[in-house]
Amino acid sequence: MSKMQIPLGPQHPALKEPENFMLVLDGEMIVDATVNLGYNHRGVEKAAENRNYIQDIYLIERICGICSHSHVSCYINAVEEIAKVEVPQRAKAIRTIVAELERIHSHLLWLGVAAFELGYDTLFMYTWRDREQVLDCLELLTGNRVHYGINTIGGVRRDITKEQADEILKKIKYLHERTSYYVGVVTEEPTFLARTQNVGKLPKDVALELNAVGPTARASGIEIDVRKDEPYFIYDQLDFKVITYHSEDVFGRAVVRVLEVIESIKIIEQILKNLPEGPISVKVGWKIGPGEAVFRYEAPRGEDIHYVKANGTEYPERVKVRAPTLANFQSLPYCLKNGYLADAVITIAAIDPCMSCTDRAVVYDIKKGKKEIFDWEELRKYSIEFYRKKGVKFS
Amino acid sequence: MIDVLMPVIYIAIFPGFVFLGIYSTIIQWVDRKLTAIMHNRVGPPIYQPIADFIKLISKEVIIPDNADLLMFKSLPYVAIASIIVSILMIPVYSNNAIIKFQGDIIVVLYLLTIPTATFFLAGWSSTSPYSTIGSMRVMTQLFGYEIPLFLSVAGPCIIAGSWSVSDIAKFFTEHPSYIFLNIPALISALLASQGKLERVPFDAPHAKNEVVGGQFTEYSGRLLALFLLSIDIEMIVLAAFINAVFLGGVFKFSGFLGFIIFITKTFFVCLVFVLFKVAMARVRVDQVVKFSWKYLVSLSIFQIFLNLYIKLN
Repeated sequence: MSKMQIPLGPQHPALKEPENFMLVLDGEMIVDATVNLGYNHRGVEKAAENRNYIQDIYLIERICGICSHSHVSCYINAVEEIAKVEVPQRAKAIRTIVAELERIHSHLLWLGVAAFELGYDTLFMYTWRDREQVLDCLELLTGNRVHYGINTIGGVRRDITKEQADEILKKIKYLHERTSYYVGVVTEEPTFLARTQNVGKLPKDVALELNAVGPTARASGIEIDVRKDEPYFIYDQLDFKVITYHSEDVFGRAVVRVLEVIESIKIIEQILKNLPEGPISVKVGWKIGPGEAVFRYEAPRGEDIHYVKANGTEYPERVKVRAPTLANFQSLPYCLKNGYLADAVITIAAIDPCMSCTDRAVVYDIKKGKKEIFDWEELRKYSIEFYRKKGVKFS
Repeated sequence: MIDVLMPVIYIAIFPGFVFLGIYSTIIQWVDRKLTAIMHNRVGPPIYQPIADFIKLISKEVIIPDNADLLMFKSLPYVAIASIIVSILMIPVYSNNAIIKFQGDIIVVLYLLTIPTATFFLAGWSSTSPYSTIGSMRVMTQLFGYEIPLFLSVAGPCIIAGSWSVSDIAKFFTEHPSYIFLNIPALISALLASQGKLERVPFDAPHAKNEVVGGQFTEYSGRLLALFLLSIDIEMIVLAAFINAVFLGGVFKFSGFLGFIIFITKTFFVCLVFVLFKVAMARVRVDQVVKFSWKYLVSLSIFQIFLNLYIKLN
């Protein structure tokens, strides 16, 4: 059977967001894979320069629906570092609660999506039904199911009342039972195991070399978690484990994510039982800076990096977002090769791709002082041309 | 005059096209509603399968440029025709089928393989990458489940001493205790049928997430409606076949009461199919073949030896 090149995307029933993988197939086996992105590029970084810091909160929030709080918190922490503002403890605690609820939401959603990719509709329906409990908690706290808008520069906008805290504790207990059930399903259901074990293997050294982050890296045995490496919010006062697994395949990534939900549940219980008293925000002026700051944050998909440069006016000079999926998809061609076409979708789904977070690339030309925004196609052409001039030819 | 008309009535109305069409619509609704309830959601109303069929028939048929026109357009009709002919040899309202002769069980199995061949040809003649992969998977899965199905049917044939479906049904009616002795072959046949019908866990050929529509990617309009109808009708026919060969058919009843018993028993066989679908994830195509040859074929061969031993004592 001769080799066949089939495109997976940008429109495909398996993909939640547009991305394109050109797969070269030999029968059912994938011999080569090329990743093309850029379908979701919206010019967010440029747009951020024309809005003041408060408007940017709402813009950055809408980079992604599932990790919206992560992006905002990361950006706001960078801005607060430039403005040298000390955020009150209660605000940090509330931010942590929302962050962990978002992590639970994201991982349960991922489990449903992975089950759907495997053809396991029952698990998909069950996990998404239980995800409704998390969305109810978030709606109770913040007023919205996604795009919470709870952060502001200097603290949070809403407070938690005692009744809300009790309600959340009740729902969290229900989620704890359900997640223990899903741990059982993920580790014991034979068809699930048959489809996820030894699929999409990413050895530890390759993962380190290709800069995998988040659950993708933790499933290959690398113990990195920004919450432990550089604690922010109140994580240094909390007791939780970093979940790693040694199996380096899709099964490991599923196990890591499900166990992380349980850790998040424990974190929320700890915080809600000892919520610090105090104000929920401090006043910060409209003008920030000058200065620049980088902030790293553990989003559900991995390490999210925001860089903000302020110049003393109300508008930021530069905002740069490095989303975790951008780091993770480098490992995709490696994972896809020598796998079956049937495994391609679950391998792609296992890094939990969020193309909305990913598609931005800006190139600075320092000598000319010029700034260009490239999309993926242009970047590829640029790099191919660059190496061709150096004598490295790809036929 | 009535002699000439009877075959037409058998093929077109009962137990042919109209009866199978209506029954398969009801069973498809039961399948979707039960699956929904087990998924903790609402599910479609009873007229949904008919609505889907009518909608599909009214849509435009788009044929790719490179496709082989004759094959592309005629294959759905071939699939339906072969399934309708096969029900004529399966006992429906009494333990006498409309056509019976020694060896008709082989003919039934052969006729039920033709739809699979049409799926393969449908994907192949579409000349699109996803269809080609889908049709290759159809053939790969064929190597998986076809042999266990044939072997598991050989068990009851040996113990009944006949190669006719109606005679096997009569044998199990007269000796009901032997039904329990043939349970391994029943399990093997149920799982092999799930593969034949391309339902989860064996729906790799037309897996939406992987190959868009598999062998049916390029099909639309009334051709797709007929293919989907053929899969639904195949489910009824396989349920009736399993009922007749393993579960004793309609026992000693006939006429209207026999018909009711037939509906009830095939309904329960279809319920088993629905349970399989809900409880499991999709299995990869090479794993289907491995699983079939390791477990299903061994079960069927064990049953053959068991039946030989019982027959000779």
